[in-house]
Amino acid sequence: MQVIENENLTNTHFWSFWKKNYFTYIPPTFITLILLVGQIFFGILDSYINVMVAIGTSVVSEALLARFVLGTRKNLASAYITGISVGILVRSNMVWPYVVTALLSILSKYVLRYKGRHLWNPSNFGVSWMLFMVPAYVAGLSMQWGSNLLPMSVIWLLGLGIVYRAKKLHVTLTYVTSFIILAYVRSLITGDVFLAELSPLTGPMYQLFIFFMITDPGTTVSGKKAQILVAILVALVEFVLRLNGFIYAPFYALFLVGPVARFIDLRKSAPKTEIKLTT
Amino acid sequence: MRGRKSLSKIITVIVFIGLLTGSALLSRQRLSSVSGDTLQTKEQALEKYGFYLEPNNKEANINFRHQSPQLDPKLKNIEPQIASMGASVSIVDFDNDGWNDIYFTNSRIGSQNALYRNLHNGKFENVAAQMGVADVNKKGTGVSMGAVWGDYDNDGYEDLFLFKWGRPELFHNVGGKKFVNVTEGSGLPKWVNANCAIWFDFDNDGLLDLFIGGYYDEKYDLSNLNTTKIMPESFRYANNGGRKYLFKNMGNGKFKDVTNEYGLNSTKWALAAGAADLNGSGYPDLFIANDYNVDELYINEKGKRFVEKGRQSGIGDIPKSGMSVAFGDIDNSGLLGIYTTNITEKGILIQGNNYWKPTGPQTQEPKFANLAQLAGIENAGWSYGEQFGDLNNDGYMDLYVANGFISGKKGTSYWYDYSKVTGGNSAIIGDAANWPDMKGKSQSGYQEDKIWLNNSDGLFEDVSDKVCPYADFDGRAVAMADLWNRGVLDVIVANQNNIPLVYKNIQRNNNHWIDFDLHGTVSNASAIGAKVEVQWSGKKQLQVITGGIGFASQNQHRLHFGLGNCSKVDRVLIHWPSGQTDEIINPEIDKRHVIKEKKARA
Repeated sequence: MQVIENENLTNTHFWSFWKKNYFTYIPPTFITLILLVGQIFFGILDSYINVMVAIGTSVVSEALLARFVLGTRKNLASAYITGISVGILVRSNMVWPYVVTALLSILSKYVLRYKGRHLWNPSNFGVSWMLFMVPAYVAGLSMQWGSNLLPMSVIWLLGLGIVYRAKKLHVTLTYVTSFIILAYVRSLITGDVFLAELSPLTGPMYQLFIFFMITDPGTTVSGKKAQILVAILVALVEFVLRLNGFIYAPFYALFLVGPVARFIDLRKSAPKTEIKLTT
Repeated sequence: MRGRKSLSKIITVIVFIGLLTGSALLSRQRLSSVSGDTLQTKEQALEKYGFYLEPNNKEANINFRHQSPQLDPKLKNIEPQIASMGASVSIVDFDNDGWNDIYFTNSRIGSQNALYRNLHNGKFENVAAQMGVADVNKKGTGVSMGAVWGDYDNDGYEDLFLFKWGRPELFHNVGGKKFVNVTEGSGLPKWVNANCAIWFDFDNDGLLDLFIGGYYDEKYDLSNLNTTKIMPESFRYANNGGRKYLFKNMGNGKFKDVTNEYGLNSTKWALAAGAADLNGSGYPDLFIANDYNVDELYINEKGKRFVEKGRQSGIGDIPKSGMSVAFGDIDNSGLLGIYTTNITEKGILIQGNNYWKPTGPQTQEPKFANLAQLAGIENAGWSYGEQFGDLNNDGYMDLYVANGFISGKKGTSYWYDYSKVTGGNSAIIGDAANWPDMKGKSQSGYQEDKIWLNNSDGLFEDVSDKVCPYADFDGRAVAMADLWNRGVLDVIVANQNNIPLVYKNIQRNNNHWIDFDLHGTVSNASAIGAKVEVQWSGKKQLQVITGGIGFASQNQHRLHFGLGNCSKVDRVLIHWPSGQTDEIINPEIDKRHVIKEKKARA
């Protein structure tokens, strides 16, 4: 999920700004909370440095690019989420992949644009590229987190609350429902037990995916029905990728489906002028 | 303003494309260098590196072949996963003839372990059956996972401790003529699913004690189960493995379980253990490499108890898949570092191996920093066993790491299936019934072992493809020993469900060496825990005698030091477990020194 920015914030009184826009800061707070709880109770991070580097790279590059490419100032909460997602999702023994992934993620917002809007969810672009094209140095968060029911339940409840407040609950629920149904179909095809096919959904990679990536307002299409359709399409492409043994299938599915849907949506509806209220 | 924005946009696009292509090319280059065809001939290797490891099974008359354990049919879907261990190798001179012998374990019910007696003529003879240590893999008492040798009764002959997925067994060496099973009444437990054990004298009373590390919970007989809920509860935070056992040697052939009293309450999934005095206290500390969780460092508090200091020391922060442990002074600083192996599979799981270098002064609470990446010994593959040893006698310790998990059908991979369950909730991963059927697939199979040459500047060079013929067995245990008394370290690798590799180390250099074969009198007779520091040409290298090190392995008892082209050793310090230190000035080089602890037993 990315934050919704408002370019007029600078002229707003602090308290009224907070009342009107407090939600802007809930997703970053939530993802920070996940990180802190995960680190304190499980030590999820292999290194604080990597996350700090990813966040730093993300935030600084966003500030610079907004200033020099768009000629504006931007709320950096979105870049913060991108950085923290990169820091959690990417696993590498070296520091430079965190810099490159964060940079690619932010740069994709400024390079891969159509009608003034970016097409890919930033961290989805960066992480997918690195996982697919740079496997010698990078792995993903596919099996490297805790597996206990309690923290998982808390994250799910909080996450659902957040996407509900962001009016994206239907996206998450559609995707999760589709995943469960398709997991059952996969189990019929592969002969593996249903729980094995369902298992990824209970892991950390999906928690970040369904609460922060697929629901990104900046890259979701307009209209509730269209959003539901895109979520189903993502699940379907993931289904095909999974049958072909792609471990990072959800990222790749969103990478493939998201921008196409976004492109079609923009072509049909968005104005041609540059939109400064970017996400 | 408009021009500046356009320029910024152009620069942004160039940087973006540059990062995309650069990162992909870098990765591609690394992958191609890993699988490169850099094989060199023996002559080229001898010319360039001064040594070559030549497979010698046939010439040495070693025809042993390991067989994996058979499991309960309920585990059929992932049998290759679970039955992936048991190939071990340990070196011993069981008959005290001054020549190293080799013991291999087997793991199928009815299969035989092998004890290869050194015939001094380049050949070995399997005498396990006549010595009474062959037929040990039986229904009801389980199958072998490894063996360690130590003189528990101080009679001058090395005894055999066999750890199993089953009943641990102790064999008394009767004058090098035969072995007698003395397990009954010794106080050892009825059943442990153990993948590691070591001899060490944790209280320095001159009697060797035993540590046994459980892997699967000891309540299960993996060949006869009534549940499939035996798997780890998490890939990174599992605490539902087997318990640990610390047995104090009471001196009358009996061992007392002092595990709880000494604070070893961990139920992590232990795969390897090593003991050495890491904080200068004079007592051996205990390092445990754990699968599915963090490694553990137990500091020995004057032989009275152990306190776990993994996190405080720096080694216990990041959970990986700890497979083995070895001690090595790689920069001749006189301090032991700790190398542990883990898993690296490109694009899927990049854990990297660790080299824990001590930082700061030796204190009760030692600190370590991981220098594996800087030293160039981080990424090996799906690593198991390892050993440090100076393979070219240049005065710097090199490193051998065994690799490869399951070599199934070529061109297949179980990694995707594996990632489905290992990333999931504990209720799913913990039940073997939920794991996808392997259907003969490979998982990190067909991997070459790593041989890293220490270039003396803190950096290691990967010479895996260059100093031995290509081999891609599923490597498990590694041992180093001078098998033919030539003053060089040969390498023996036990491979899972396959033949071992007995490498004869061919040398072409002018390097010198010196060996020390220690025998305790006040200390335990095997001198396990004794440290030897050799000083020459401004260098000082520290080595320790261990009662089992690596993964399911034990090196030769004697310590081997390469000296490079230096023809004089200035000083040797021998620190015995008893606390006594012996000093030798200018010992003769290119010679094995047999040294008995000076002070006679009271």
